[in-house]
Amino acid sequence: MVTKLKEVDILIVGLGWTGGILAKELGETGLKVLALERGDLRTTASDFSLPNIRDELRYVHRQEMMQDAAKDTITARNTQSQEALPIRRLGSFLPGEGVGGSGMHWSGGTWRWTDMDFKIRSNYEDRYGKNFIPADMTIQDWGITYAELEPYYDKFERVAAVSGKAGNIQGKKQAGGNPFEAPRSAEYPLPPLKNILSSKMFGEASQKMGYNPFPRPSANASQAYTNPDGSKFGACQYCGYCQRFGCEANAKGSPHMTVIPIAMKKPNFELRTHAWVTKILKDSSGKKVTGVLYTNLTTGEEFEQPAALVLMCAYAFNNVHLMLLSGIGEPYDPISGKGIIGKNYAYDTGVGGNLFFEGKNFNPFISAGGTNTVFDDFHGNWEFDRSKPNFVGGYIVSAGHNTALPIGYRPVPSGTPSWGKEWKAATAKYYQQAMSITTRSGVLPNRYNFLDLDTTYKNGFGQPLMRLTFDFKDNEHKMGQHGADIINQMIAAMNPQKSSKASGAKRNWAFTPYQSTHNTGGTIMGTSPANSAVNKYQQSWDCSNLFLIGANVFVHNSAYQPTGLVGAMAYWTADVIKNKYLKNPGIMS
Amino acid sequence: MSQNTQNRRNFLKSAAIGSAAMSAGVAGVTDVAQAQTPKNTSAAATMNPNPGYLFFNLDEQSFIEAVVDHMIPADDLSPSGTQLGVNIYIDRSLASGWGKGERLYLKGPWKKGLSYQGYQLPLTPAELYRVGISNSNMHCQKTYAKPFDKLPENSKQEFLIALQGGKITFPSDLPSRTFFAMLYQNVMEGMFADPIYGGNRNKAGWKLLGFPGVIAVHAQNVEKFLDKKYTSPVSSISDMS
Repeated sequence: MVTKLKEVDILIVGLGWTGGILAKELGETGLKVLALERGDLRTTASDFSLPNIRDELRYVHRQEMMQDAAKDTITARNTQSQEALPIRRLGSFLPGEGVGGSGMHWSGGTWRWTDMDFKIRSNYEDRYGKNFIPADMTIQDWGITYAELEPYYDKFERVAAVSGKAGNIQGKKQAGGNPFEAPRSAEYPLPPLKNILSSKMFGEASQKMGYNPFPRPSANASQAYTNPDGSKFGACQYCGYCQRFGCEANAKGSPHMTVIPIAMKKPNFELRTHAWVTKILKDSSGKKVTGVLYTNLTTGEEFEQPAALVLMCAYAFNNVHLMLLSGIGEPYDPISGKGIIGKNYAYDTGVGGNLFFEGKNFNPFISAGGTNTVFDDFHGNWEFDRSKPNFVGGYIVSAGHNTALPIGYRPVPSGTPSWGKEWKAATAKYYQQAMSITTRSGVLPNRYNFLDLDTTYKNGFGQPLMRLTFDFKDNEHKMGQHGADIINQMIAAMNPQKSSKASGAKRNWAFTPYQSTHNTGGTIMGTSPANSAVNKYQQSWDCSNLFLIGANVFVHNSAYQPTGLVGAMAYWTADVIKNKYLKNPGIMS
Repeated sequence: MSQNTQNRRNFLKSAAIGSAAMSAGVAGVTDVAQAQTPKNTSAAATMNPNPGYLFFNLDEQSFIEAVVDHMIPADDLSPSGTQLGVNIYIDRSLASGWGKGERLYLKGPWKKGLSYQGYQLPLTPAELYRVGISNSNMHCQKTYAKPFDKLPENSKQEFLIALQGGKITFPSDLPSRTFFAMLYQNVMEGMFADPIYGGNRNKAGWKLLGFPGVIAVHAQNVEKFLDKKYTSPVSSISDMS
């Protein structure tokens, strides 16, 4: 039996970065705001305390802060002709669970995507002609601009304590920053993190080769800091346990110690944890949503929660999954190319090489989430001519050490045995003497990479799992080959005693090992209901009182990590709901 | 593995087992509790090298001890796998929620899957070990006329290399490569995870690498140890609890 509850004004599904930002901003309206979160509540003081937070086995290998695949996972395959099978244990990507979501275990990489991305199709057609973009690459302009988002990028960077060095302030180039970034209104709120040996050596080598290295912008507070909302950050301690861990110093910008506690102080805000949403409910017209169905995981009881406005703020996959389960919008069909929901799933990829320097002491355990040097000469640099390598997009190149813990990080030269005395000696020797150089490139969407509902496998609620059909395509292989060449030139220039060269060999996407938790698309943004699921405010074209907030609206994936854009767009949407939508509900133009 | 352990196991296997096994189990619990006493590093140093098993049966104990001592032989760099407690670490893991299939989607139907589709067996880690070890011993018995733990080192090496490469066909058709991958990962965990889990005794795995373990703050060390050998005591969760 389903118990129907009293209607709330605003319902938020999922309380991570986006849900937290919306809860904080819309809590200020005085309207009744309710957040449903399927995980539990964690606090820095109790859950991320020393010494127990320094536990690689628990947090990295046993996936303590991640979604539980036993309850719900996705099925996957490389192509439509293959049979999708469940990802039985999370591997390639690790979405978080609980209040704070993936925003607690991320490493803090925060970038500003620019009009290079938002006007991707027009940019490439203008410069390289209409035939340059492959026919099955389903990129389109997003309908949003950098100028619109700039104040919201700034806001997110200040709230999340991003440390970095500006490369362009109001059109004036700044030494030491990224010369290819779009103009920012002001400097980063905090100076860059300290340079560790590997990031320093890489920076010097890349400069010598004519590239433009800069410190990777990261939400790791380089100094003690109080953000504009009054949230207090400790200084980053370079403890070496960042990605997949909560931060005991509150030095990593996370929603559970910034926006969420502010929302929770408001009497008009309510949080229900262990509340698993199974469906978004529509009215008989199908043009409005009326609320959601959810199960209280502590009792198994089912509830209908009516709401005037529903904000989907779950992980990108879960937002898309709920749209498919609820029958809102037309599911995408790759054969006909019709339909929208599930279209343009994208990811990211990269290549890498290892360098072994006799006598060096890299101390890889003294590092932060963002202790990297990076250059953007093959991505943000529009002057870089893509016609010869013949790809759309690009990649950033970086080096440094992050979360280099001993179960997972024990680099040895290739040819080393996997066990025995020789293995042990090489493991001991090279732990201190190795560094790597890697690229990161966004996967461009392809007609045949998509999400839909699985026809065989079910989750703990008896609902179909979401099915992912995905593989790397030619564009990714070409970027991989180009990136591998650049890395190998750098290895030659840095001249280590031993190295493992980067390889751009063609490869298929696989369930393991871990690659990245940068899953995008499925309910993409665009200029009309014919080409997209949401408008530039992340508002559903199908149901105007439904917003789908997160990387699920990305039309494609970039070489930059997604969270900076996810955060900025959450603030942008919060603003437009507060100042426009609530005054006059309906589709916004 | 000590001669004593071997003798005890032979005795247990041949004797009417019930009460003897039970008392060994009780002794084991005491030893583990002692090893985990906070700040009591001397207890860990002098601990009974065989604190008792929670999961493995007698044949499995012999197998796992032989594997970890073959993979991690004692030398100047570190004690052996059993001296590090890697066997005990694996035993505890298999007896834990992880071993029983926590966070593992275990609904059918079951299909073999393509090579990129990861783990697709209907087995929890504990079940996988049970089948993997018995099948390994059957294979060794057939090929070498002895169970794995009785093989000379060169035959152990030959078997493990074949297992790693997926070259062995098990009687049950369990993919041997899948068993090896889990076994190998767990051996590494037992050597390099925090000692609170029963392996990495005396933090010897961390000392091998020069990894400092549980450190509260490093901010001042970025410059202080820039390209210098890091020197500071190695700490574990127990040391700081």
